[in-house]
Amino acid sequence: MELIAVKKLEAWFGVFQALKDINLSIQENEVVALIGPSGCGKSTFVRCLNRLHEEVPGARVAGEVWLDGRNIYAPGVDPVGVRRGVGMVFQKPNPFPGMSIYENVAVGLRLGGVSKRTVLDEKVEQALVRAALWGEVKEILKRPGTSLSGGQQQRLCIARALAVEPPVILMDEPTSALDPISTAKIEELIQELKTKVTVVIVTHNMQQAARVSDKTAFFLLGELVEYGATEEIFTRPAQEATERYITGRFG
Amino acid sequence: METLSWRRRSTNHLMLSLLFLGGVLAAVPFFFISWYVLQKGLGVLSFEFFTQTPVGPGQTGGGMANAIVGSGVMLALASVLGIPWGMAAGIYLSEYGRGKTAAALRFSIDLLTSVPSIVVGIFIYGVVVIHFGFSAYAGAMALAVIMLPIVARSTEEILKLTPQHIREAGLALGLPRWRVILRIVVPGSRAALLTGVMLALARVAGETAPLLFTALGNQFFARSLSEPTASLPVQIYNSAKSGYADMEALAWGGALVLVFFVFIINLLTRWLMGMKWN
Repeated sequence: MELIAVKKLEAWFGVFQALKDINLSIQENEVVALIGPSGCGKSTFVRCLNRLHEEVPGARVAGEVWLDGRNIYAPGVDPVGVRRGVGMVFQKPNPFPGMSIYENVAVGLRLGGVSKRTVLDEKVEQALVRAALWGEVKEILKRPGTSLSGGQQQRLCIARALAVEPPVILMDEPTSALDPISTAKIEELIQELKTKVTVVIVTHNMQQAARVSDKTAFFLLGELVEYGATEEIFTRPAQEATERYITGRFG
Repeated sequence: METLSWRRRSTNHLMLSLLFLGGVLAAVPFFFISWYVLQKGLGVLSFEFFTQTPVGPGQTGGGMANAIVGSGVMLALASVLGIPWGMAAGIYLSEYGRGKTAAALRFSIDLLTSVPSIVVGIFIYGVVVIHFGFSAYAGAMALAVIMLPIVARSTEEILKLTPQHIREAGLALGLPRWRVILRIVVPGSRAALLTGVMLALARVAGETAPLLFTALGNQFFARSLSEPTASLPVQIYNSAKSGYADMEALAWGGALVLVFFVFIINLLTRWLMGMKWN
């Protein structure tokens, strides 16, 4: 089932056009990798899927993004409401400072109106289990989130996003600041998440895209050059630019 | 070659020694003041000093209890007024402060920092005291006006240190911007924010001029907040110029208490800054 449909999406930073006429469709429970050189617009693209792009001063968006049958850019749609249904994980692990591990995960739930301790405890545990972090932190839930290692912090951020059970999770280079072991853990995690959520992941790491994703989109200079099954893209790319990029002969 | 390198090295040593001397000289006034105040004031501090009000000229004994309580009350009131006000301004400047309006506000706040404190005192005198009389309220208002720009600018600078992606993580979670600020950004910097507040408090604790025209001073305990109220700096000032040896001695005791208070605040601040959760 189609979960996300992007139609004629354009995005600007001031006068600079970062995305040009992007059309793309994402199915439920798919992992979609976005690849392309720095500055090609892939981060901007994911940030358009939860209306975060417009928070940057001077930034602007045009076009449509249909999420679960609703155009999130239709007039009158509240971006705050949109973001509650879309989780996001950032490049740098960013647990909320001065907040305990528990609170980091609970904050989104509390916002959604959950206040019963037993329900919170249960949901926090669930989210941490799903983020493959529970075993490491169940004894230290009251410690600051920032006291964890980088890889653990990133899984905490994933748990934070998962806690409110969004159907979509956006990941903007989630492993680029992590060591290989932490990276492997997160890649494994993405595979498990796939059964319940749709993941859109930006990555600079071609092997990562090949390992974790079902579909891959190649962006270049703000345009979507090619989009298809990951296997196809990596073995028989239709566009020459794609082939040159994935084989590292890009210049 | 040999001579040149010798000369270069000795010049280097000389310059470093001069710089070191400069550093030491900068600390001399602090040690000298501390030693002097301690020497003059320590003998005065007694149970009586902290529990009695001043006695009249020529009499012996008495204390500064009313001034200590008055200072405490006015500092507390000034904090209640000045801290939320300053923090609100600082939050605005850090989180929303873009464009010309914000630049103008920021500049005005900076100018307010440099307004002489006696002018603040005269201002409150003209606006409040003339109508309602001398009171702890008026004194606290003057102190709050002095605290305001310090708290506002330190809040702004501290909040700006929070990385943008932390705010974005809050927004991405579906928190409206104001909640991101109040639930995530501000609590995340609480130790540093508290530091800014305490430094502002330390700054106004010793202010004398703005209290002269507002709280005036009082030889006794004030019975309410709308009466003239004693404060440590003003009482030190009045006692020191009284010409009576006993009262001058009390002034030194008061000075020591004031220096000690400010010193403790600074130490607390250091300790807070070093805390893990900062």
